Amino acid sequence: MTFDVATLRKEFPTLQREVGGRRLVYLDSAATSQTPEVVLAAMERYYRYSRSNVHRGVYRLAEEATDAYEGARTAIARLVGADPRGVVFTKNATEACNLIAYGWVRRQLGPGDALLCTVMEHHANMVPFQHAAQDRGFEMRYVPVTEDGQLDLDAAAQLVADGRVRFAAFTHVSNMLGTINDVPRIAALVRAANPDAIVHVDGTQAVPHLPVDLAALGADSYALTGHKMFGPTGIGALVADPALLERMEPFLTGGDMIRDVTLAGATWNDVPHRFEAGTPPIAEAAGLAAAVTFLEELGTERVRAHEVALGETFLAALRATDGVEVHGPHDMAQRGGAISFSLEGVHPHDVGAVLDDRGVCVRVGHHCCKPLMREMGVNATVRASLHVYNDEDDLEPLLEGLSAARRMFAGSGRA
Amino acid sequence: MSELEDLYQEIILDHYRSPRNRAPGLAGEDAHVHHSNPLCGDEMDLRVRIRDGVLDGLAFDGEGCSISQASASAMSVAVLGRPVDDVLELVEQFRLMMHGEAPDRADDLGDGMVFEGVARFPVRVKCALLGWMALRDAVDTFRRGEEANDVTHEGDHE
Repeated sequence: MTFDVATLRKEFPTLQREVGGRRLVYLDSAATSQTPEVVLAAMERYYRYSRSNVHRGVYRLAEEATDAYEGARTAIARLVGADPRGVVFTKNATEACNLIAYGWVRRQLGPGDALLCTVMEHHANMVPFQHAAQDRGFEMRYVPVTEDGQLDLDAAAQLVADGRVRFAAFTHVSNMLGTINDVPRIAALVRAANPDAIVHVDGTQAVPHLPVDLAALGADSYALTGHKMFGPTGIGALVADPALLERMEPFLTGGDMIRDVTLAGATWNDVPHRFEAGTPPIAEAAGLAAAVTFLEELGTERVRAHEVALGETFLAALRATDGVEVHGPHDMAQRGGAISFSLEGVHPHDVGAVLDDRGVCVRVGHHCCKPLMREMGVNATVRASLHVYNDEDDLEPLLEGLSAARRMFAGSGRA
Repeated sequence: MSELEDLYQEIILDHYRSPRNRAPGLAGEDAHVHHSNPLCGDEMDLRVRIRDGVLDGLAFDGEGCSISQASASAMSVAVLGRPVDDVLELVEQFRLMMHGEAPDRADDLGDGMVFEGVARFPVRVKCALLGWMALRDAVDTFRRGEEANDVTHEGDHE
């Protein structure tokens, strides 16, 4: 193992809990990660010591609050290799996807244009564009998923061939299948057909788990969220090329995002402030900055290495378990640590309830990607997802719970 | 009993493993409804045959957790052969029970009574109710003179 997981766990208060007299086994970091003490402390420091509004006051507290808030922007930019002027804070990744949908797609695309999306998207990176397509009359095209849970890039090449795709939205890492997509290759394929096309990537499941460099990825715009990368809920970001942001209209308007307002109208502030109307999530930004530092100190390469090693152990054990069918790629080189599976004869809700009784937290359901679930012919799956605080000792409680669930519901004769 | 054993009593598991009146079709059906809960992915098809105001036949089919499937199975046994007004009254009794009210007609609910404890698991209440709500809708559909209906339930975010 690349980390001393036992020591690392001590930094996460929630992981000290017991549920029903058993050690909490948290296997749902793809839904939300746990919060380390340093993040809680950063948020508390703002509330206890520097509480004031940003970008307004001329006094010490306001300067500290502004430094904390803008420091988070610098931290995110550093983490993903971006220009801080390209980092727009949002409520979450969903809002980041909506920001580009409202700020660019809805103003640029119309009849005759097409938007490339994929079947494996989380609803957050599909519905804002579907909605825009309905209103604006452009065409949605979806890259299908192969049997082994990969995007079908031959089909993608066909879908962009006529040069009408002006915007592409796809995920970096699938929240359901775990698949890591070849972002540079897809971006190149899109641009080969239309050099002016904008490439938007949902990085929600990537940034917390692996090194991300936007220039190397070739993404014009990238959505991420704080709460899956040890940060607080309520803050995410759209990280984009500042030149693209300059060409975008604001989505939310009001205070702080203006340069001047007269009764006749308003002019917009510089990017990225143009897209941050109203008092922003200041404490959350302070927490997010601390989360970025926490992640950097662990080292994103080591985080990835830890997940690859642990993922291999989990995948091998799950595949060897009677009645378990693992979805998505089998090779950890092609996937992240979110592992979806079905257990023969037991509905995922029932699996979740039996695991919960043993203090094991997993996600059950459709994982907010219903088109993908339909394509795979399943209504719901169980998903166990890994992070830096998981270790091999989290495997046995999971396997025991699955075995107990099978014993309990056996004989139903149904899948 | 542990919480888990309370949720999954043996009678519930028995209905899940050996469901009564579970079939993909029903001879002489009068109404067929499809109910789904998109948030948990539960799907239920329920068919009824009504003769002279009596629920003469019922078949359910679908995919869902043990609670939804077992509840529909227990329901089918409790309601078959009853006048439809009486069926609707039992549906209401079960619905109120899921909201914590003790039913007056516990004996008539039969195995349906073992789901009383589900009321303490708010996220599972909608599972236990799925078949009962489909039955109420099937009767309403029949009474409207229609043959089919499709209903999507709003569930809690999962």
